Amino acid sequence: MPEGPLLRFQDVNTYYGDLHVLKDVNYSIASGEIVSLLGGNASGKSTTMKTIMGVVRPRTGSVIFDGVPIEKMSTADRVKRGIAPVLEARRLFPRMTVFENLEMGAYTRKRGPEFAEDLERVYSLFPRVKERLNQVSGTLSGGEQQMVAIGRALMARPRLICMDEPSMGLSPRFVEQVFDIIQEINRQGTTIFMVEQNANMALSIAHRAYVLQTGKVVLSGSAAALRRDPAIREAYLGELQVIPGQVDTDSPPVSSRIRAPVAPP
Amino acid sequence: MALSDLLLQQTINGLSLGAMYALLALGFTLVYGILELINFSHFNVFMVGSFIGLWTLQLMGINGQAVVMTGLPLIGVMMTALVVTMVLSGGLGVLIERLSLRPLRDVKGPAPMITTIGVSYVLFNIVLLTVGADSKNYPNPLPPVQFAIGDAVLRLREILIWVIAVLLMLGLHLFVQRSRMGKAMRATAQDPEAARMMGVEVDRVIVIAFFLGSALAGAGGLIFGLYYNFTSFIIGFNAGLRAFTAAVLGGIGNVPGAMLGGVIIGLIEAMGAQFIASAWTDVIIFSILVLVLVFRPAGLLGRVAPNKS
Ligand SMILES: Nc1ncnc2c1ncn2[C@@H]1O[C@H](COP(=O)(O)OP(=O)(O)OP(=O)(O)O)[C@@H](O)[C@H]1O
Ligand SMILES: [Mg+2]
Repeated sequence: MPEGPLLRFQDVNTYYGDLHVLKDVNYSIASGEIVSLLGGNASGKSTTMKTIMGVVRPRTGSVIFDGVPIEKMSTADRVKRGIAPVLEARRLFPRMTVFENLEMGAYTRKRGPEFAEDLERVYSLFPRVKERLNQVSGTLSGGEQQMVAIGRALMARPRLICMDEPSMGLSPRFVEQVFDIIQEINRQGTTIFMVEQNANMALSIAHRAYVLQTGKVVLSGSAAALRRDPAIREAYLGELQVIPGQVDTDSPPVSSRIRAPVAPP
Repeated sequence: MALSDLLLQQTINGLSLGAMYALLALGFTLVYGILELINFSHFNVFMVGSFIGLWTLQLMGINGQAVVMTGLPLIGVMMTALVVTMVLSGGLGVLIERLSLRPLRDVKGPAPMITTIGVSYVLFNIVLLTVGADSKNYPNPLPPVQFAIGDAVLRLREILIWVIAVLLMLGLHLFVQRSRMGKAMRATAQDPEAARMMGVEVDRVIVIAFFLGSALAGAGGLIFGLYYNFTSFIIGFNAGLRAFTAAVLGGIGNVPGAMLGGVIIGLIEAMGAQFIASAWTDVIIFSILVLVLVFRPAGLLGRVAPNKS
């Protein structure tokens, strides 16, 4: 195992034309972690994911995966190195079957015994997927689509999965199930970087988290500390007011530095 | 001739034309499915393909209809002509994509489409200036075998055209449905960004789409020559426009739709010429197109709302 984090952002600045979206962003994600990325709408969460995948490129700064700068690499090369996405709103190929979607997940890999093993792994995590293999994926329910989207990422046998709002549009009970499975995947050895609006759930399974606000990292730390932070509680955990006296003193509040995001969930 | 024999005869003719239009329509649909680009240079890739077929047959010593072959030599000559025509036409399509469309990949608006019209005229004029404006007699080594069904006549060339077209379309269908690259093509057509994030190299998919579409157009050009016994620099326009109509009729971007549309246009053309007047063919074809688009804007097999986000 190489020294240092699995994924690192070094002073990354990403633009869409003139629109400056990520501003001197730094992340560091160690192998084996679940790291959550929180932030309001339009704060640059999905742009972070796209910058990792190489769908947009940073104008300055470096993205380092496993010790190697990847910011100039093609998306295909990044996938081959072991990064796989679970995209915002799932983005299955709607007119392809469930099985074909899983095959697309393994696109960069050779067909062989490993492919069969990975299929079995997906089936054991999501028995429901196995029942739907020949169904056209556009006709699946939202929850089923999310299972296929996660399964599709696993088919790449990735070291890092980048998830963009895996809980979006799912019923609370199902969200819990998905998060259990994310934890299980992580226990099996895959590092997870996860964008979430559902901060409560995200912080309950994440080891650490970053908070993004209009393209800047305004807060980061262990999930436990962030859960106690009054600003976070107010902005993301659905609590209107926190009495300062109730704050746990071993994690000093950082609330003075951040404002609530434009549109709290 | 009895009405039933007339109908049968025009069905035979229509299916032959339809096979040609379908091959040509597939090229429009493959490229549109991935780039949402109407590639007008396709008209004249078909025309150039017809000349490539002509020259290939001539190089094999076949001139006009004088040389008649049978059995294995005939199959060998036809296979060679088909393969050479398809490979070179496909190569021409790839060249067009590389030189004129890839530099415009990120340009929004109609510029790429207008460029394909320009490329079409370049091909048209190159052929006009090098081979001349007169029609060329097309080499055809097929023996004059024909079968009478009542008063209708089924010639060997029609059977050959159907066999070639069906095999090519079957091959394309299997490629798109089963092969790794075919699946990457479908994924790219449905969601290019997601396909890219699966590791698909989209530029390669585009090259393959141009190659296959242009190769099929070349096969269509060869079929044109074998069917009509002539070719000329001017054939791209009529056939191209009808094939494009076929693609839209079937649902542009939809592979089975292009095949269906091609056959329908071929049958309309044949029946219209028989029972109305060939001068009305275009009026009929385009009226039907308008009607279909009014009632089914996405075409016969097309999806109403393309699922893209
Ligand atoms: N392709 C694009 N072209 C131009 N601007 C873009 C593009 N994609 C995103 N943006 C802009 O960049 C900003 C950040 O967008 P991003 O999708 O990263 O936000 P987000 O944090 O994921 O928000 P959400 O929670 O709503 O998904 C927004 O202002 C958005 O309008
Ligand atoms: Mg987003």
